[in-house]
Amino acid sequence: MATLRTPPIPAVPGPLFPEIAGAPDKFRACLQCGVCSGSCPMGEVMQFPPRKAVKLLLDGGIDQVVASNTPWLCVSCHTCSTRCPSGLLITDGLFPSLRAAVMATGKIPDPDLQKALQNTYLYGNPMGTSPKKRADWAKTAGVPVPIISQLRRPVEVLWIVECTPSFEARGQQISRLLARILTALGIDFAILGHEERCIGDCEWLAGEQGLFEMLIERNIETLKKYRFREILMTDPHSYRTLLNVYPSLGGNYRTKHYVEFLAERLAQLKPMLKKKLNVMATYHDSCCLGRKTSHYEEPRALLKALPGLKLAEMAQNRESALCCGGGGTTTYLDRYIQEQTKDRLADRRVQQAAATGAQILATACPFEPARFEDAVKLTGHEGKLAVRDIIELLAESMELV
Amino acid sequence: MKIAVLIKQVPDLVEGLEIDAGGKALDRDSLRYIISEADDHALEQALLIRERTGASVDVFTLDVGEARDSLTTALAKGAERVTLVAAGLEAAPGSHALAELFAAVLRPQNFDLIVTGVRAIDDLDGSLGGLLAGLLELPYVGLIRKVETGPGGETAIVQKEFPGGFVTELEVKLPAVLGIQSAEQPPRYVPVSRLRQVMKTAKIGEQAVEPPQAPPIAVERLFKPEEGAGASMLEGTPEELAKQIAGLLAERHLLK
Repeated sequence: MATLRTPPIPAVPGPLFPEIAGAPDKFRACLQCGVCSGSCPMGEVMQFPPRKAVKLLLDGGIDQVVASNTPWLCVSCHTCSTRCPSGLLITDGLFPSLRAAVMATGKIPDPDLQKALQNTYLYGNPMGTSPKKRADWAKTAGVPVPIISQLRRPVEVLWIVECTPSFEARGQQISRLLARILTALGIDFAILGHEERCIGDCEWLAGEQGLFEMLIERNIETLKKYRFREILMTDPHSYRTLLNVYPSLGGNYRTKHYVEFLAERLAQLKPMLKKKLNVMATYHDSCCLGRKTSHYEEPRALLKALPGLKLAEMAQNRESALCCGGGGTTTYLDRYIQEQTKDRLADRRVQQAAATGAQILATACPFEPARFEDAVKLTGHEGKLAVRDIIELLAESMELV
Repeated sequence: MKIAVLIKQVPDLVEGLEIDAGGKALDRDSLRYIISEADDHALEQALLIRERTGASVDVFTLDVGEARDSLTTALAKGAERVTLVAAGLEAAPGSHALAELFAAVLRPQNFDLIVTGVRAIDDLDGSLGGLLAGLLELPYVGLIRKVETGPGGETAIVQKEFPGGFVTELEVKLPAVLGIQSAEQPPRYVPVSRLRQVMKTAKIGEQAVEPPQAPPIAVERLFKPEEGAGASMLEGTPEELAKQIAGLLAERHLLK
């Protein structure tokens, strides 16, 4: 009878997960203080919240954690990592490795995540749409959106649009508006179009190290072909990955998210903000723009520049902001997470927004409009609280809509 | 127990299909290929049986296009052996020809179970499973969604789907050919790092066979669906409608 072979759980993940490779030594600095578990928005649902997971890692019991619900509940909000007094890389190191260990057995708990990863492997985006259609949104932008391969000259700004803003309806709307804003500012920009592929943040955090490396290699190869002064990004997840991880594999670029890029040009923007909005808004600090890259004040500066807009702060703001629940691939794990808990982070956050008295919940991350609008409906705030990306608000005031 | 899985690649619909200048075939330059979905399920079903019983899994595919990739994936998922069947063909032939080629390969090999997808999106002349079973003079059951092998590997209990949501359980004497509709669980995921690892070390077997005798399929014309003029809605009492319909049929000389 043939012997059964199951793929071994990788003992030493590759170069991107050195934290686990040197695990006992690196994580030995853990004080077991519990700040991580206490800060974790999913801590109460995890069978092994971060502190316990690290303890088991050090005691040789990590297999229990791998087999539990813990690996798939981390929303990659980075609250634990930001606050850990030992600076342990829990979000970016421990959790991807736990997921990689589960994936090595061929089982992914949510079919949506499996489909997203397979689609990214085949088509460079989790939606499973042909890369040829990546720039289709630009056809109805109302302004020219040059594709860099057709321009055949260097550009000032290479705008990496990313997957959700290219393929999802609301994201596409926001992309069109940003194209108009950039044009109004006289920016010399271009996009990659069909050559653009997922930057890889979701794949990395899903523990799909091989896919992540494949994407990085591919993207660095593509970017080598073109000359540009800086890269502009609409998606905070891709932004922070391009900023923080690509350099270690040779991809060094001057990278900015649109909040920083537009805030730099505020003096030029202000006179263009003609229409008064007469509304109270509150701003949701997304995890990637907030805790991960510390862009707290630029989005607020943009919002405060909008005539007639009053800005209110939620109780949890800036470093303590509550995650929308969509990060770290959990946007593809809703099915699984719903089996674990009916308490949705997005619902909690929307309640916080409503409590400020604001009529608008302002966001700067493409995952958020869908998640928060669902939450607005589920929490009974439909008609009272609207969700708007900062770009949508700027474009409205600039009368570009 | 020895299981053979027969897989093939089909055009990937996500990339869109273009018809070539000749108007009788798809434009191959703009095509991307992926494993036929039902074949992917057939492989998954075979691997599940393997996990339960220790059976060996051999995967075969015709050497056309990027067939190697599908074999590498099969290895990464746990297949014992993978084989490229080389018949000197430029493009994948129809199901009759394919059945001939696989029959030649499988006849001397005494597999207990031969599984393949029950149909593929590009089948023009029927599906592989039944035709192959005919040539090998083995039983065939199609539209399978569950397979349990009996003790001693002499029989299998299979669940066959029927329209209307009905399912039949049948006992099949092995060896037999099964046309898989869906495996008992969705096809498993292979981490890309494992795939890349397997690609470096993969041993892909090759077997040469004579080109098929079955005549090639002559395609008259390949075209995208043409929009008709639309439907005309008939109105009236049942008696009036019956008169109208009878009149329309007579007009079109459809009544004897």
